[in-house]
Amino acid sequence: MPPTVATVVYLVAGLLFILSLRGLSEQASAQKGNWLGIIGMVLAVAVSVAGLFGFERGEAEAAGATTNVLAVYGGAIALGALIGGFVAARVQMTAMPELVAVLHSFVGVAAVLVGLGTLQEAGAHIDLAHYVEVQLGVLVGAVTFTGSVVAFAKLRGTIGSRPLLLPGRHVLNLALVGGCLALAILGWGAPPDRSFSYLLGVTGLASLLGVHLVWAIGGGDMPVVVSLLNSYSGWAAAAAGFMLSNDLLIITGALVGSSGAILSAIMCRAMNRSIWNVVFGGFGAEPAKASATQAPAGKVRETNVAETAELLRTARNVIIIPGYGMAVAQAQHPIREVTDVLRKKGVNVRFAIHPVAGRLPGHMNVLLAEAGISYDLVKELDEINDDFSDTDVVVVIGANDIVNPSAVDDRASPIYGMPVLEAWKAARVVMLKRSMAAGYAGVENPLCYRENTVMLFGDAKKTVQSLLAALQV
Amino acid sequence: MSVTVIMGLYVFVLAIFVGWQLISKVPHLLHTPLMSATNAISGISLVGSLVAAGSDHGRIMTVLGSVAVMAATINVVGGFLITDRMLRMFKTRTQRAK
Repeated sequence: MPPTVATVVYLVAGLLFILSLRGLSEQASAQKGNWLGIIGMVLAVAVSVAGLFGFERGEAEAAGATTNVLAVYGGAIALGALIGGFVAARVQMTAMPELVAVLHSFVGVAAVLVGLGTLQEAGAHIDLAHYVEVQLGVLVGAVTFTGSVVAFAKLRGTIGSRPLLLPGRHVLNLALVGGCLALAILGWGAPPDRSFSYLLGVTGLASLLGVHLVWAIGGGDMPVVVSLLNSYSGWAAAAAGFMLSNDLLIITGALVGSSGAILSAIMCRAMNRSIWNVVFGGFGAEPAKASATQAPAGKVRETNVAETAELLRTARNVIIIPGYGMAVAQAQHPIREVTDVLRKKGVNVRFAIHPVAGRLPGHMNVLLAEAGISYDLVKELDEINDDFSDTDVVVVIGANDIVNPSAVDDRASPIYGMPVLEAWKAARVVMLKRSMAAGYAGVENPLCYRENTVMLFGDAKKTVQSLLAALQV
Repeated sequence: MSVTVIMGLYVFVLAIFVGWQLISKVPHLLHTPLMSATNAISGISLVGSLVAAGSDHGRIMTVLGSVAVMAATINVVGGFLITDRMLRMFKTRTQRAK
């Protein structure tokens, strides 16, 4: 196959990826978009495999030399496809954040390996531009890899969600980056073997950097971290594209990188934080200010299932605000049944989703959809925030910081300025909570102490199940 | 800088711009599927791994190369399938009634 054919096919694949993203940005066309992406990928891989046969290099050399290699890579593809297919079919939606983190780490690994391979192959003949690309690709790839692994461990709960704040952590980050730079400069023009060792050094330092950067971020910031790593994985793919002078990789990497960056920006806006603050900040670790630690005035009123059922039965408008606590308790399925029962009785039940509810951007929407809740009942913050004053009962399930009134009225609060769901404007608020513990941000929630708020303590799933039983009587 | 690198930068910047334009209005509903789909797409480094693997390497590079190929394939297949599975869940009441 002449190289021009490969180039044309790559171009078509690139266009398909662009169309795929456009499709994925609207509900009606999302599934089609995904398929366009699949077609693009199949084309691109097919051409590359054909390239492996060596048609571009001349048939004679190809026949013998690459048969073994092809068998090895064919096996690797088959095995990878099997694992990927199995995981995709089996994974629980609550475990999506972990899965996404693992998948990001693979892109990082691939970029590092391509970098090592490129330098090894080029040896002393590498020009400066390529050399810089290799170093950058390995740096970004290694940070993506170890950062994703740490994010995975945090999401699994293998390591605590608290940020690890080493003394002088900014100096440490700078030192690691400086070390990479120094090794890269030392390696330029050095004999190939030494140059390669220095690149391995860069890999090591960048890996440490990835671990440290993500470990210093608190569990509550996970949606931003995951979307940042999504972005990094794109940049890593683009860097690989520069190394190999492959336009398709550059285009695709840039698309993914910018889409991840947009998601990160949306998440940051939803938390009223700057991206720098998330990446380098170690939020939630500064000693909380006075007003945040003191218990707010007022007292906590407790309610029970029977009262709540009565409240819901007689309501006209109900809004349910789910948080990650709902997912942990697996309460989404009984909640769907409660919704069905109430809607049959003519109660207007809707759901309000905060952009950073859950551990992944859009995570709550997926969980509710999986439970069988129609997405036209599920509203975004901007769509529904004005409706709370018109609402009879708000039910908050396993959410905390995203309904905290301090974000609006307490300037001293660490979360002041963050857009929140203004649940307190409703006539009645029922908060389902396991205990009075503070949310991820470690901030007290005055909503619990308001006069129109009642607390329903206990495991979210059991509570909702008994609520369902009480409603069905 | 060589012409290839400059052309690469050219393509890179334009693609960033296109990505920015396409994604900036995506609804929250689609954030997770978008993320898993872009994840699958960034498994395009599979192509990178294959291209890099094309030439004659020693044993070590073949091993590393096949690890890269396998990792990227998991990404591609897993990412696209999980996206499809999620998107099939998003339905309105009328669609569910069918």
